Amino acid sequence: MSGRHGTSHFIAERVSAIALLLLLPWFVISAALSLDGGYDQARAWIRNPINAIGLGLLIAITSYHTQLGLRVIIDDYIGRPLTRWLLLTANTLGAAALAGLGLWAVYTNSIGG
Amino acid sequence: MASPLAPEDRPLSPHLQVWRWHVTMLASILNRATGTALVGGLIGLVLWLLAMAAGAPYYQSVKDVLSTPFGKVILYGLVFSAAFHTLAGLRHLMWDAGRGFKPGTAEITAWLAIILALLAPLGVWALAGA
Repeated sequence: MSGRHGTSHFIAERVSAIALLLLLPWFVISAALSLDGGYDQARAWIRNPINAIGLGLLIAITSYHTQLGLRVIIDDYIGRPLTRWLLLTANTLGAAALAGLGLWAVYTNSIGG
Repeated sequence: MASPLAPEDRPLSPHLQVWRWHVTMLASILNRATGTALVGGLIGLVLWLLAMAAGAPYYQSVKDVLSTPFGKVILYGLVFSAAFHTLAGLRHLMWDAGRGFKPGTAEITAWLAIILALLAPLGVWALAGA
């Protein structure tokens, strides 16, 4: 499935990696400083648009980067074409589902009641 | 084009146990292992947000689980994985730029990635406590 698309895969993996180089340390540090308390503190944090947008980007780009990485692992270890196709499809759908759920939750927590 | 070999005639790739242990080998394996562990981290992050969306009692029960020794071990592992995978990614970007290939340099950056990633959770905890 990822055969014949090596260059675009390589570039996509690295571009998303560079974005995550900024987003992931930002989130871990921000979580340590502002998310170690209770529910009210967490809701106040996520109502700040900067935090909601940053977290949304983190979830979207991590889902994408994860899908690219797992695809390489599946291509490396799974030899049977049908099993590989099923796993690659589950990987793509799973990543999309996680991104959708995560973005919905960020939106709801940030804008919703 | 050569005719395909039957599976049993194919040359085997070297078995893991015939390799002398290298720190660069460990770093390579850890990069893939931490990347896979971070899939769990992403799922956990989404579940944490869904618990928040479900309301304060649900959020609190997730927080209670994360406060147990088990939860702390999981969090330590996730912060270690995030830090290691980030540092290993930096090594890869450095190699993409054609730098850091000398065996000595590659070993130093591998050790640096492992040690800094092991320390990263302690830094995050110190930050949270401050």
